[in-house]
Amino acid sequence: MKRAVTLTINGEAISSEIEPRTTLVDFLREDVMLTGTHVGCEHGVCGACSVLLDGTPIRSCLLFAIQAEGHEVTTVEGLVEEDGSLGLLQDSFWETHAMQCGYCTPGMLIAAYGLLAESADPTEAEIREAISGNLCRCTGYVQIVDAVRLAAARMRQQ
Amino acid sequence: MKAATFEYVRPTHIDEVVSELARAGTDARIIAGGQSLVPMMAMRLVRPELLVDINHVSELTGIGKNNDSVCVRAATRQADAGRSEIIARVVPMLAAAVPFIGHNQTRNRGTIGGSLAHGDPTAEVLLVAMALGVTLDLRSEKGERSVNIKDFAVAPMETVMEEDECLVAARFQPAPTDLRVTAVVEEVAPRAGDYAILSVSAEIGLDLGGFCRHLRLGVSGATPVPFRPHMVEIALADSLLADDEVDDAVHLIDPVLDPESDVQASAAYRRRVAPGLLGRAIRTARDRAVVSLV
Amino acid sequence: MTDTTPRIYVSTKRRPKEDGRFVSGAGRFVADIARPGMLHVALVTSPYPAAQIINVDTSVAAACPGVVTILAGPELANATAPLANAVDTPGVKIFPLAQSTVRYVGEWVVAVAAETRAMAEDAAELVEIDYDPMPFVVDPTEALGPSSPPVHSDHGNNILYDRVFTWGPVTDDFTISPHQLSFHVRWGRSATVPIETFGVIAEWGAGNQILDVWASIQMPSYPEQIASSLKIPLNRVRVHYDVDVGGSYGVKRGIKHTILVGYLARKLSRPIRLIEDRLENMTGGDMHGPDRRFDVSVAFDAQGVIRSLKLRALEDVGAQTGRAPFQLGKPVSAIVGAYRINSVEYHATAVSTNKTGQTAVRGFGMSPTNVALEMAVDKVARYLSLSRLTVRRRNFIRAYEFPYRIPSGSEYDSGNYHTVLAKARDLSNLDKLLARRDAARALGYVAGIGLATCLEPGGGNSAFEPLLNPKNETTTWPESCAIKVDRTGRVTATIATSSSGQGHQTLVATIIGEELEIDPDQIQVLHSDTLSALPGNTPVASRMAIMLGGAAAGAARKIRERVIQIGAHNLGCGLDDVIYCNGRVVRVGYGGQFITLDHIALIAHREFHNLPPGLSEPGLQAIHVEQVPQGGTLPKSDGRVQMYPCYSFAAHMVYAEIDRLTGKVSLEDYSIAHDCGTVINPDIVRGMVIGGAAHGIGAALYEEFVYNSAGQLLSGTFVDYVMPSAHEVPYIRVAEHCTPSPLTSHGQKGVGEGGYLGAPAAVMSAVNDALNPFGVECLELPLRASKLADLLAEAE
Repeated sequence: MKRAVTLTINGEAISSEIEPRTTLVDFLREDVMLTGTHVGCEHGVCGACSVLLDGTPIRSCLLFAIQAEGHEVTTVEGLVEEDGSLGLLQDSFWETHAMQCGYCTPGMLIAAYGLLAESADPTEAEIREAISGNLCRCTGYVQIVDAVRLAAARMRQQ
Repeated sequence: MKAATFEYVRPTHIDEVVSELARAGTDARIIAGGQSLVPMMAMRLVRPELLVDINHVSELTGIGKNNDSVCVRAATRQADAGRSEIIARVVPMLAAAVPFIGHNQTRNRGTIGGSLAHGDPTAEVLLVAMALGVTLDLRSEKGERSVNIKDFAVAPMETVMEEDECLVAARFQPAPTDLRVTAVVEEVAPRAGDYAILSVSAEIGLDLGGFCRHLRLGVSGATPVPFRPHMVEIALADSLLADDEVDDAVHLIDPVLDPESDVQASAAYRRRVAPGLLGRAIRTARDRAVVSLV
Repeated sequence: MTDTTPRIYVSTKRRPKEDGRFVSGAGRFVADIARPGMLHVALVTSPYPAAQIINVDTSVAAACPGVVTILAGPELANATAPLANAVDTPGVKIFPLAQSTVRYVGEWVVAVAAETRAMAEDAAELVEIDYDPMPFVVDPTEALGPSSPPVHSDHGNNILYDRVFTWGPVTDDFTISPHQLSFHVRWGRSATVPIETFGVIAEWGAGNQILDVWASIQMPSYPEQIASSLKIPLNRVRVHYDVDVGGSYGVKRGIKHTILVGYLARKLSRPIRLIEDRLENMTGGDMHGPDRRFDVSVAFDAQGVIRSLKLRALEDVGAQTGRAPFQLGKPVSAIVGAYRINSVEYHATAVSTNKTGQTAVRGFGMSPTNVALEMAVDKVARYLSLSRLTVRRRNFIRAYEFPYRIPSGSEYDSGNYHTVLAKARDLSNLDKLLARRDAARALGYVAGIGLATCLEPGGGNSAFEPLLNPKNETTTWPESCAIKVDRTGRVTATIATSSSGQGHQTLVATIIGEELEIDPDQIQVLHSDTLSALPGNTPVASRMAIMLGGAAAGAARKIRERVIQIGAHNLGCGLDDVIYCNGRVVRVGYGGQFITLDHIALIAHREFHNLPPGLSEPGLQAIHVEQVPQGGTLPKSDGRVQMYPCYSFAAHMVYAEIDRLTGKVSLEDYSIAHDCGTVINPDIVRGMVIGGAAHGIGAALYEEFVYNSAGQLLSGTFVDYVMPSAHEVPYIRVAEHCTPSPLTSHGQKGVGEGGYLGAPAAVMSAVNDALNPFGVECLELPLRASKLADLLAEAE
């Protein structure tokens, strides 16, 4: 049986009717058509589905959408600046080519965003810890570490 | 990998939680963080008819301290426990364990109580609870009861919780305040942050002379459920925790070990490494405490 | 030879074109595509490694809400032709759904199509199948024996391919060599495991009678196989290449998935989507890679010069063949690696077992072979108490010897192995590393330095196809590019492939920009579809920089020639009086009189009267279909063959410490020097090299699809199949060297596989260097912590 759910996604209030078994990631992708958040394993290991829930990174395959009632969800689409241009972290990922196929990238961005919200000058070890719940099969993580460091340096300059 | 259908309720009071559980009988499951439950539901290894979401029950969240214990309420997020000043000061072993629990994203959602109730023998929270002899408060419509952790986790993925019971809180004995207390968790995992092959924990308190006046140990991965090696604690009581003393004492656990083989490691490996890892944790904790004495 | 060619865009740091859409969440992956009225498929799979299917009862499942159809094997087999086999094994008939028998755990038996994926899963678990379990075989050595149950009974036994190649005087070389060593190496069953599973959508157009396919695909001859299996004309299959592929590195093959949804789409006249979930992907998808056992013998002299090599490779391809046996073929292209080995005996055997079928993995079988080869070199060094660097230097092909033909027939185009090895040594600061290792050992640590080199053949002409299957006479694997300059002078290129992270749009734009001297950011590069595309063979075999780059350069050069013709004519002078510069045709010596590309484009499209005489075709466009350099010939009867045109090279140096108690391996320092000729985009190349190495680290230390003796897969989730995270992969440093290829448009070679070809051997080398003082060794991948700890404990 479908149930009503109301939550905020990227600053916008969204109401919908969903089956309780619908995960947040499926809801985002299939109902809200925000396909930037990706499905990798559906059992909570790969981190591709990471989103911010009230500002902290979580796995959206491990949360039923109905549980997000009243919460604020931020996806990769919500990381852009108000004018629609790329956010600083996104731009830094582009600058260092911190990706190849781009599939894990939205989840990586969310994980890194969560780190930079807490730490202005993270060490390499802290960066690695922050993204260690996100598997990337293309890059070997080095250019992702570079990107997060670059973003942190740019944020400190601002 | 889509969960089977279920009904969902979101009570805001513990009384509602237990009445929903009583109403639904065996077909209900509590969901807190969902970090272990949801994958099992996605694989349809678990298929509750009713999911009782306790995330909105304010009585089930938070960390408090009174004179004789620290109370961690069941739906407290692992990340919040890791950030808690009280936990860092008074339950240092739990603070030391938090970084090993999954990853950032799962700690932000996963709960202390969920980890205990799930009964996964590799869970770090269970290891710490066992080492510290935690008392668990359970509640059902029939009333409340308290269970010591060693009577709680009886087999892998199996606890004494009844179907209609909700874990309310875990109560930890505070670490002594008159000693230099340090805690260390050591783990062997195929990949950092993932399910451990073996994990051990040590919390020690040294007096000003460097003698060990407080010792709490835990070992998991080499027995069906984690255990607290009292024999090692007794052997090392009031010692200086010299390397050879520690290395001898940790082998007192050998007869207790009953590991199994799996893809990642043989039983022989677990049997051999467990005492060594425990010794490493004790020595590391000792060294840190000694540094803080100087 | 070093590269000093002045360039504008090639080899300069530029942001890859593709990344903008990925960082903003605007990539378009197959699961992002929703077609109106689309149905979703879930699968019922075999719980047995081998069984007869006695009965399939779908009545309960069919009554579930949302279920549209339930399909079992016989109906599908009646309507379709079997999937293609690589080698000549007519008794091996594979269909997407099992017929009367199942051959591995996870094999698809029944497909359910429903309104949502969840509904399809609800019904799938209610399909009742009665099985009668049959004998099965898990161990490949056992599978070779005559008493083993055949996985494919019509084939009669489990040997799918078996041939001994002898190139050069192997027996004589072994006889005259004073030293010989023999050993075994085992490469565990691992794979590339992209974070995106395979997915496909098929839609049959009632009006246009075209089967439209959107897929997460990286496979040559994909539309051809679809048309052939579904028995429809090839020009009624349209595969859309404008789908971002979420990683592949070889495995995104998906032909059985596509036949299944293609059949359902036609039957039901509705779009059908099948996105594997991770369990389907790991157990029954095109997922498992090489699973290989080697017997290696080398013959060498007192100086460590290796004269001859015997290599026996037994490949366990599982129950479904596909192109898997071909992975024994590609290593022939560089069977001696970087070394001047005089003769080689190569015994290649592919055997079937009751496991998930094997598919292509990065390097296409080369990485396991390189482990065997590099361990041989390490062993020679250790046996003679020489340094591993010294033995490599003594055996390396010299820079002046290129082009160099190896015993198995391929000619290496260019290289400078001594220099690259020296760069790796310097980058790793080897002297300091040695001191660090020795200091660590003195403190009781288990520490080692690893060294490995690898050849990366690139630009494949698929010569392993006729080599391993004489009925297959493929001698070309072209790649194409079409360039259109519109009437406003804007440039659009179309390419005949999808991309899975290789940056083909950047590659093509950079090369066209270089040739036409216009900003690559202003060049549009489109992935087309198979009906409008020119010939292409997808980004396999490290081929796109070479082949697509060559096609783009070829087409751009045709455009440039035409632009100069039109420009000179309109400047009123001859071709010799003009130069092309920065998007203009400039008349030399006339005060800079010029005509712009934009203007020339307008003339070409609209002003026929201003076209030079002889130019009878309006518009400004060109196509180029690139033939593989050095391709075009069939293998000789002894199996000698020119397989790949271009040979990249890399040297890996790694310092590892092993926790003596737990066996945990920490890669403390990792350096790679590599030479892929001219670099097109530095950041892309760096990423490929490091990412490939990370993937190789996974294969070396963590990853394995493990089967128990009951034929059950024990590592079918991301929990059990352990891929390295940011904690396990070190900050890999990279140094470059450039020996341009004489065979390609800008001297470029392939680079997508080299990291993966070098890392497993390098890590194994480091681990065994660490174990050496203890008198033990481990030549089985993955080098699990527990295995190493057990060995160290035994040694004590």
